[in-house]
Amino acid sequence: MDILQSRKKQVVRSNGQGMSIVCEKRSASGSVSQRACVFCGSRVVLYPIADALHIVHGPIGCAAYTWDIRGSVSSGPELHRLSFSTDLRETDIIFGGEKKLEAMLDELIDQYSPKAAFVYATCVVGVIGDDVAAICKKMTNKKKIPVIPVHSEGFKGTKKDGYQAACDAIACLVGTGSISGISPVSINIMGEFNLAGETWIIKEYFKKMGIEVITTMTGDGRVEELKRAHGAKLNVVQCSGSMMAIAKTMKEKYGIPFIRVSYFGIEDMADALYQIADYFKEQDRGIIERTEKLVRKEILDLNDQLEGYRQDLAGKKAAIYVGGAFKALSLIKALRHLGMKTVVVGSQTGNADDYKRLQALAEPGTIIVDDSNPVELASFVLEKDVDLFIGGVKERPIAYKLGIGFCDHNHERKIPLAGFAGMINFAKEVHKSVISPVWNLVPRRYHRAD
Amino acid sequence: MLLRHTPKEIIKRSALTISPAKTCQPIGAMYAALGVHSCLPHSHGSQGCCSYHRSALTRHYKDPIMAGTSSFTEGSCVFGGQANLLQGISNIFTIYEPDIIAVHTTCLSETIGDDVNQIVQKAKDDGKVPEGKKIIHCNTPSYVGSHVTGFSNMVAGIVKGLAASTGIKTNTINIIPGWVEPSDMREIKRIAKDMGISIVLFPDTSDVVDTPQTGKFKMYPDGGVTQKEMAITGDSKATLALGSFASEAGAKQLDISFKVPFKVLDIPIGLSATDRFIESLSSVAGVKVPDSFVAERGRLVDVITDMSQYFYGKKVALFGDPDQLIPLTEFLIDLNMKPVHMVSGTPGKKFMERIEEVSGDLFKTMNVQNGAQADMFLLHQWIKNEKPDLLIGNTYGKYIARDEGIPFVRMGFPILDRIGHSYFPTVGYSGGIRILEKMLDAILDHKDATCSEIEMELVL
Ligand code: SF4
Ligand code: SF4
Repeated sequence: MDILQSRKKQVVRSNGQGMSIVCEKRSASGSVSQRACVFCGSRVVLYPIADALHIVHGPIGCAAYTWDIRGSVSSGPELHRLSFSTDLRETDIIFGGEKKLEAMLDELIDQYSPKAAFVYATCVVGVIGDDVAAICKKMTNKKKIPVIPVHSEGFKGTKKDGYQAACDAIACLVGTGSISGISPVSINIMGEFNLAGETWIIKEYFKKMGIEVITTMTGDGRVEELKRAHGAKLNVVQCSGSMMAIAKTMKEKYGIPFIRVSYFGIEDMADALYQIADYFKEQDRGIIERTEKLVRKEILDLNDQLEGYRQDLAGKKAAIYVGGAFKALSLIKALRHLGMKTVVVGSQTGNADDYKRLQALAEPGTIIVDDSNPVELASFVLEKDVDLFIGGVKERPIAYKLGIGFCDHNHERKIPLAGFAGMINFAKEVHKSVISPVWNLVPRRYHRAD
Repeated sequence: MLLRHTPKEIIKRSALTISPAKTCQPIGAMYAALGVHSCLPHSHGSQGCCSYHRSALTRHYKDPIMAGTSSFTEGSCVFGGQANLLQGISNIFTIYEPDIIAVHTTCLSETIGDDVNQIVQKAKDDGKVPEGKKIIHCNTPSYVGSHVTGFSNMVAGIVKGLAASTGIKTNTINIIPGWVEPSDMREIKRIAKDMGISIVLFPDTSDVVDTPQTGKFKMYPDGGVTQKEMAITGDSKATLALGSFASEAGAKQLDISFKVPFKVLDIPIGLSATDRFIESLSSVAGVKVPDSFVAERGRLVDVITDMSQYFYGKKVALFGDPDQLIPLTEFLIDLNMKPVHMVSGTPGKKFMERIEEVSGDLFKTMNVQNGAQADMFLLHQWIKNEKPDLLIGNTYGKYIARDEGIPFVRMGFPILDRIGHSYFPTVGYSGGIRILEKMLDAILDHKDATCSEIEMELVL
């Protein structure tokens, strides 16, 4: 297959040494890219804050497509289940949408008494020049709640820039609440969105370790908690892109250090807990022991359960194409745990650092790709003859058409994959798809058998 | 209660839309363009829109949906998107090799004022369009109309870009099916074939978004109306446009360009609308309705009579697109059911007029609204004030159905959580039986699950 000349440097075949991949580039015009926009990034990050009002300022589509598509669950308010949009019409485009936005905020804040409101600016708003910040300021004063602009005009970059905009918005809340009574052994969980209740699993571990969680950014998030986030002693950041910006800001502003972790797979999950325990070992002498006990028990439970899956999956090959490259690292390790080999790996928004680590971890010959498209992906997985594809909504039907098992590791997943318990779910998901008898019935596999 | 934030009292809203019963134009344009063989839809705007539209269509059809994007940057917003589109066109023709590119705009490219017509002309002049390849296009600003408008605009774009005439009239009939499922398009082709009528159906997404598992990934599946078929639509005897919102513009365009007379009909959903469709088809083509259709119709009427007691007086709330809601309402009334609440996010006066026409005296008793603020929030509020026995609409209705305990039938776009729509038509007489089956299943399953033990009956 032809690869666009301008994209050639975004694909490398790992040979064990550090070859450099070109990434963090705008997609070539005309490409059938699997990427989304700035707004998408902001929206997925902020949306789990369930007691805030989320208003999409723009034409109807931007709001309609992000309406409740993520499985972020809330233990309390469900305000985020409604989709609020200014639904801009032609006259608004000509005369500006400011009045409409203001009237809407006025009505909605009175009606729902949210703890805060986020106003997302979409592409068109950026172009017609509505002063969203000014309206938010005015409303903040009038309604006495934080009304925060999210500068998420889609054309300003990729999903990653949307994470940045979301972090800027959250930063407006952090530092405005009281931090009295906070334990010296306390953390914020960052980059965890409570998909299928994952935050609750992770929080349970911290509880057992004796750690106070001040807030989660943003899974099952609450405005009042976010305001107190600066009282935590450590920020624990998951995932490559989404919350690094705020972790950095908080380090500069409040001197709170951060560590990067991943909750996927046994190794990374255990490693995360140990790192955190280690950090607090001075303040809490028993924490290491408690953590060891917790990890040991969890792993013991796991191993027996995993064995059966391992037997079936050993030697199978996988392709990974996910949003962030950091997650891909965990996935490679988790797959190894199941006896599987990763032969294609890529991401929509990885940075140079991520790709370097991927190359170090990947086996020789692995195809590593940045910002791919369906045609490329299809040819890679056929070339490597994989048994499993891990990706998102747009990749799923392609994998199935090719006769390949699939596991959704993006935001549409329905079962928790994080934590130790998540590893079992992950194994189950992979197993159920990879060894499905349906593959014996599809033409490609059918031919492979002879 | 997932929607516990929806109050019963209907508040006057001046500005906002809450939980829309519509979406934006480009997704309609994208769907229509997929109904052309070997055509790659191209979204002229930022990356996000295109990604969203593809994802939404993928979730509904569970098939790969391909489309390119101009990938706007801040620079494009200042200097215009011409450079992006020109680059995009040559990239697409070299890498993805479609026969046709179907460009639609987005809010963004519309707002900055890109002239797609002129850019496409420039691409041709600069030699960026290889021999035999075509670019078609349409404008789809989402701050006007809805997803249905976008579909309609692209249908007109297909006609403008691909229709032609040899000057020799034929007996072929053009049929524009409107925004319906691939199963429905297949069924319309079957009906015409069984009647012995030669037709060109466009757009035709059957065998494009409902493709078989073959072990291969085909960027351009086998289906879709071909350039060759489109090139004879100007010679056809007549055009039947099914649904004025989605199909009339295309039919009009054919009339303007090639003097092909057209007739606008409802989508053949339910008994009466199908009767009109079959009659019109037989009369414009000058063929007699075969006996097999009398039998098909008879089977539908038979099911209605068998089950009429369960339909009688049942109150129905429905939401969706105008072209579907109009014949569906008529069908419900034919069944002796009572439509009570209805919203459609798609604006247009014609909707109210037609609903009034098909509802007759009932109209005065109904809550009907379309266009601005005709959203799911309003529908839910109406439902809280008068509870219906059945809810019909796309997947977003499931929250209301659950919160209020109402049987729910999925029809419309998008259906994100069930299958079937791609495979089993709801148009025609047998499609009518499928609608009946779905409604009865929902109503009677609900009854079986919730009735008292005394009322539980084995035989119905
Ligand atoms: S900007 Fe317009 S075209 Fe793009 S998603 Fe939003 S409403 Fe649709
Ligand atoms: S208009 Fe902009 S913000 Fe809205 S979906 Fe498209 S790219 Fe994203």
